[in-house]
Amino acid sequence: MKKLIALPALLAVLALPAHADNYSVPKHAAFQEECTSCHMAYPPQMLDADSWRAVMNGLSKHFGSDASIDQKRRAAIADFLVAHAGGRKTGGTRDANGKPLLRISETARFEKKHREIAAATWQRASIKSPANCTACHAQAAAGDYNERSIRIPK
Amino acid sequence: MRHSLIITAALFATGAQAEVPRDFLARFEKEAGTAASAERGARFFTAKQGGEWSCASCHTERPTLAGRHARTDKAIAPLAPAANAERFTDAAKVDKWFRRNCNDTLNRLCSAQEKADVMAWLLSLK
Ligand code: HEC
Ligand code: HEC
Ligand code: HEC
Repeated sequence: MKKLIALPALLAVLALPAHADNYSVPKHAAFQEECTSCHMAYPPQMLDADSWRAVMNGLSKHFGSDASIDQKRRAAIADFLVAHAGGRKTGGTRDANGKPLLRISETARFEKKHREIAAATWQRASIKSPANCTACHAQAAAGDYNERSIRIPK
Repeated sequence: MRHSLIITAALFATGAQAEVPRDFLARFEKEAGTAASAERGARFFTAKQGGEWSCASCHTERPTLAGRHARTDKAIAPLAPAANAERFTDAAKVDKWFRRNCNDTLNRLCSAQEKADVMAWLLSLK
């Protein structure tokens, strides 16, 4: 009997972070299918609308990979990302020439949050790249970037 | 038991799209106009061809095992049908990934012959 009560409570707790955190990724079937096979789902809130448009206009040359998709899906995913894009909170999202940044890991907000991480740390084989959020944020795929779930691998 | 009934029912419901791995071998062989060779497929899959990657860089030389994306490190489920029943069951998905991955490894599309050879090899893995 006790077990029966504990289970729903446990489930509720487990379900919480995804909803409580403002970086969780809203459900979108095409985004899930097309944008999470090579890497985790990056939260739409972490880039502004112009940056997402630029990312979605360059998928055939996407950070050295061919991530091209059909036109219909491309438009649907772009709309989804723009609708949930971050506003001023993302900080500077343009490069020195005023072009929209394509990387979350180059935004002013990201740099501010990760100021204390040494350049050599990013290069570790266990991390590979600042884009590899899950290397340090174990729950990143669920939109959880909280300090208590951070572990920097050796 | 209940589950397998439901899955079977679902497969029939989408009958027009559901395909099995052998269908792709047949299709690529027909397009190529010659028989496939598993041995050639193995060589093609594991050798770099001028670029930074071979197919095995992400799918391993033993595609019955899980792989890792060579750049992002993300886990990739096994590619061989014997180890992963979801593989080669959806033509749109198969065509999309052959297009992307061939572009990334060879800087061009794969020929029908190359795809047939890869299929023959993947189907031979147990
Ligand atoms: C074919 C593989 C592939 C697919 C599919 C793919 N990406 Fe990527 N993506 C990459 C690679 C490779 C990188 C670079 C990772 C690195 O630098 O470590 C990347 C990086 C990114 C980055 C920058 C990360 C950062 O902050 O440095 C964003 C944003 C991104 N992808 C969004 C998307 C979106 C949106 C989609 C779906 C439309 C998508 N990706 C689909 C391979 C892919
Ligand atoms: C090398 C490990 C590492 C990687 C990789 C990494 N982070 Fe972090 N991140 C940290 C650390 C450590 C902190 C905490 C910094 C502090 O509190 O001083 C942090 C903090 C954050 C925060 C702020 C959390 C809060 O509660 O304020 C966000 C958001 C964040 N990271 C997002 C990302 C995203 C998105 C990526 C991938 C594009 C990423 N991080 C990649 C280590 C990493
Ligand atoms: C840079 C990493 C990478 C390389 C190199 C690579 N692939 Fe892939 N491949 C992927 C990813 C990621 C997926 C999609 C994720 C998934 O379905 O698990 C995928 C999926 C596929 C699929 C889809 C099969 C299905 O039905 O689900 C095929 C076919 C495929 N790859 C063939 C190849 C061939 C042939 C080569 C060499 C020419 C190759 N790949 C090289 C990363 C790679």
